[in-house]
Amino acid sequence: MNNKIVKKVQLTDNIYLMDIEAPRVAKASKPGQFIIVKNDEKGERIPLTIADYNKEKGTVSIVFQTVGASTKELALLNEGDYVMDFVGPLGQPSEFIEENIEELKNKNIIFIAGGVGSAPVYPQVKWFKENNLDVDVIIGARNKELIILEEEMRAAAKNLYISTDDGSYGFDGRVTDLLKDLVQNQGKNYDHAIVIGPMIMMKFMSMMTKELNIPTTVSLNPIMVDGTGMCGACRVSVGNKIKFACVDGPEFDAHLVDFDEAMRRQNMYKTQEGRAILKVEEGDTHHHAKCGCGGNI
Amino acid sequence: MANKMGRVPAREQEAGVRKSNFDEVCLGYTLEDAVVEAKRCLGCKKPQCVAGCPVGIDIPGFIEELKKENIEGAAKVIAESSSLPAVCGRVCPQENQCEGKCVFARKAGAIAIGKLEKFVADYSRENNIDLTKTEPKNGRKVAVVGSGPAGLACAGELAKRGYNVTIFEAMHEAGGVLTYGIPEFRLPKKEIVQAEIDNIKKLGVEIETNVIIGRTITIDELLEEEKFEAVFIGSGAGLPKFMGINGENANGVFSANEFLTRVNLMKAYKEDYATPIRLGKSVAVVGGGNVAMDAARTALRLGSETHIVYRRSDAELPARAEEIHHAREEGVIFDTLTNPTEILVDENGDVKGMICVKMELGEPDASGRRRPIVVEGSEFVLEVDTVIMSLGTNPNPLITSTTDGLDTNKWECIVANEHGCTSKEGVYAGGDAVTGAATVISAMGAGKSAAAAIDEYIKEKANQKETHYA
Ligand SMILES: Cc1cc2nc3c(=O)[nH]c(=O)nc-3n(C[C@H](O)[C@H](O)[C@H](O)COP(=O)(O)OP(=O)(O)OC[C@H]3O[C@@H](n4cnc5c(N)ncnc54)[C@H](O)[C@@H]3O)c2cc1C
Ligand SMILES: Cc1cc2nc3c(=O)[nH]c(=O)nc-3n(C[C@H](O)[C@H](O)[C@H](O)COP(=O)(O)OP(=O)(O)OC[C@H]3O[C@@H](n4cnc5c(N)ncnc54)[C@H](O)[C@@H]3O)c2cc1C
Ligand code: SF4
Ligand code: SF4
Ligand code: FES
Repeated sequence: MNNKIVKKVQLTDNIYLMDIEAPRVAKASKPGQFIIVKNDEKGERIPLTIADYNKEKGTVSIVFQTVGASTKELALLNEGDYVMDFVGPLGQPSEFIEENIEELKNKNIIFIAGGVGSAPVYPQVKWFKENNLDVDVIIGARNKELIILEEEMRAAAKNLYISTDDGSYGFDGRVTDLLKDLVQNQGKNYDHAIVIGPMIMMKFMSMMTKELNIPTTVSLNPIMVDGTGMCGACRVSVGNKIKFACVDGPEFDAHLVDFDEAMRRQNMYKTQEGRAILKVEEGDTHHHAKCGCGGNI
Repeated sequence: MANKMGRVPAREQEAGVRKSNFDEVCLGYTLEDAVVEAKRCLGCKKPQCVAGCPVGIDIPGFIEELKKENIEGAAKVIAESSSLPAVCGRVCPQENQCEGKCVFARKAGAIAIGKLEKFVADYSRENNIDLTKTEPKNGRKVAVVGSGPAGLACAGELAKRGYNVTIFEAMHEAGGVLTYGIPEFRLPKKEIVQAEIDNIKKLGVEIETNVIIGRTITIDELLEEEKFEAVFIGSGAGLPKFMGINGENANGVFSANEFLTRVNLMKAYKEDYATPIRLGKSVAVVGGGNVAMDAARTALRLGSETHIVYRRSDAELPARAEEIHHAREEGVIFDTLTNPTEILVDENGDVKGMICVKMELGEPDASGRRRPIVVEGSEFVLEVDTVIMSLGTNPNPLITSTTDGLDTNKWECIVANEHGCTSKEGVYAGGDAVTGAATVISAMGAGKSAAAAIDEYIKEKANQKETHYA
């Protein structure tokens, strides 16, 4: 089964959005879940959060950052090209969609997105909007160029706050500082925070919300293989218990997660990956015909 | 007399050579070998061997044809009971099944039933012998979940009976454990597994990969929205167990499923495939079953010094005798009566060793095997940088937790009778999903019996409708 790329947008230097035809997946998708995409026969299985879905058109949107060889190869594909495998939705839907809407109305909820984390945060914020519920959103990035989905988020959130590490846009500082400022200096009060971004950002944000006494959910992105509970590659320690992020998560109680272990496990293949990236960048000609040439040669 | 001779040995790749390649270990019989071996069989009137085969292949029957060098005839006899002979001839634990019951088992050595079956199956494939008898299509739809031996057998049987069958498979390739678990050197993927899958497709079975039942679509939706008249669940037992000891989440500790999947399904050992694998200098595989042997022999082939760490003694190793023998020949080190208690981790989070204790065997436990007990003060450190946990698997609760009215037992196995009937009307199940981790042949057998039951169920329902409207 091949899945067609019907839309491709480059959002920043290294972040891309793609709409991919996958009617069965689109029909079943819920906020908080993810998919696995495999570029071609020899490709890796890449887990990516569902950034949006359109049940009528039968498409699923993904937003991904090019970090290693496989995401770089995916970024080389264009509208009209196909990915070989696209499977999902995987993981548990976000806990909110199971909750009573009336109860949610009384809750002050804040979403905090770091970098490409805006992509997985967006469908959740959109879900709240569609159910006439107000939520606040913080988007944080290193600089202005790296902020994505700002307009979409502004349309769906009650208040959108932006922070950049270098101060080039919005609040000058880290997302953690911005949240602290909102709570301590601007009279904001939150009953729950949902934090999605790089592991290191989730770790520090989790320490901050613990200090501020805000119950917090994070969406973990460990290394995965099958995404169905079959291999255990994605195991994380949550409250000193082993959990498989692909079936028990990906969302967990942030204050119970062992982030240091999770970060170490994410780096398991670092040196090997370095070699694979070199191969892509140098234009490897003995495999992946479409690599480096966009499939046109 | 011929049967006084021992069994005809099958040709094998030499241990020194094969331990660094992924080609099949057993090269099998030539026609001459096969006929000589076949002639050792007495053609017993009450053949015990047949009683030992979970699907009751007419063993003396097919061997009789082999004696006459009628390979096509032999293949037809096997096809009456088994749809995956090339696979089962290679991987069945014959010494506990057919061969274990052969009258020669304790004397000159059992007839090499498995090797003969492999010979017949390979010969028929290479010579394009067509064994398919298919009834005309009846226009009725059945869904099969999972493309392991249970699902393939069920789908094949139903297609032969005229049904339109669609298999839904969660992975990107069909075959179940045959594809992602059992390594190439025991079960070649392209020549054998893919050929079997192609045969099923030739019967008209459709295989939709990348569809996870319980996530992409539920069993209830298959029945209600997609109008399948029955569903067979052959989703296996793929959820790996861990020990729960300290250090188990260190970098370099894998489940056997992860290790084997990276190698077999994702082809991580090939330069041009993208999926990475971490190779250890020294690897400990914890466990003693077939899966442990496969993981150990795979690690060995990737260049690691490899230990099997098993808490009981050699005699209790649950793996097939042939695999243990092959592993030893290839240089796998067996640390039996040894049990890990902790994995040591360095400052980067990588495995740097495994603390183990020595064990001795005490009184028999509930399983009848002697219970291993810790030898006081026997603690030592096994210097390894990779640990592969091969402690068994449970069924994945994905399907049962998303299907109303499907009963499970306390091990998460789906409850089904010998015909595969579950607690839910129109839903059948078989293979590892029902029994827990078992064997290829029993999964295949369960798929076939369920196919017969599904056929009966749908025909009966159709009859009732006709009488209802008349
Ligand atoms: C449930 C889930 C949802 C995800 N959603 C998104 C998303 O919406 N957008 C997005 O851009 N990325 C997402 N990721 C991360 C994405 O899967 C990885 O960035 C991708 O697999 C990297 O592939 P690669 O081959 O390009 O790099 P890799 O070969 O995997 O390695 C590149 C580097 O990234 C690190 N790395 C490896 N795997 C991961 C991982 N899973 N997460 C983070 N770092 C990793 C490695 O340590 C390595 O240094 C998600 C991951 C998971 C598990
Ligand atoms: C490494 C290893 C070595 C083995 N060696 C031997 C041996 O030598 N001899 C022997 O007889 N047996 C052996 N076994 C056991 C044997 O392979 C199994 O008993 C047999 O494969 C079970 O068949 P099955 O069809 O029930 O399940 P599986 O082969 O496990 O197939 C199940 C299939 O269902 C799919 N699936 C699961 N959930 C879903 C879902 N929700 N939606 C869609 N699809 C789904 C899976 O992806 C898989 O493809 C071995 C097992 C392993 C792991
Ligand atoms: S299927 Fe297995 S048990 Fe049955 S005869 Fe063949 S090898 Fe023996
Ligand atoms: S028991 Fe042995 S000798 Fe007798 S029929 Fe079976 S295989 Fe032949
Ligand atoms: S990715 Fe394999 S179990 Fe989660």
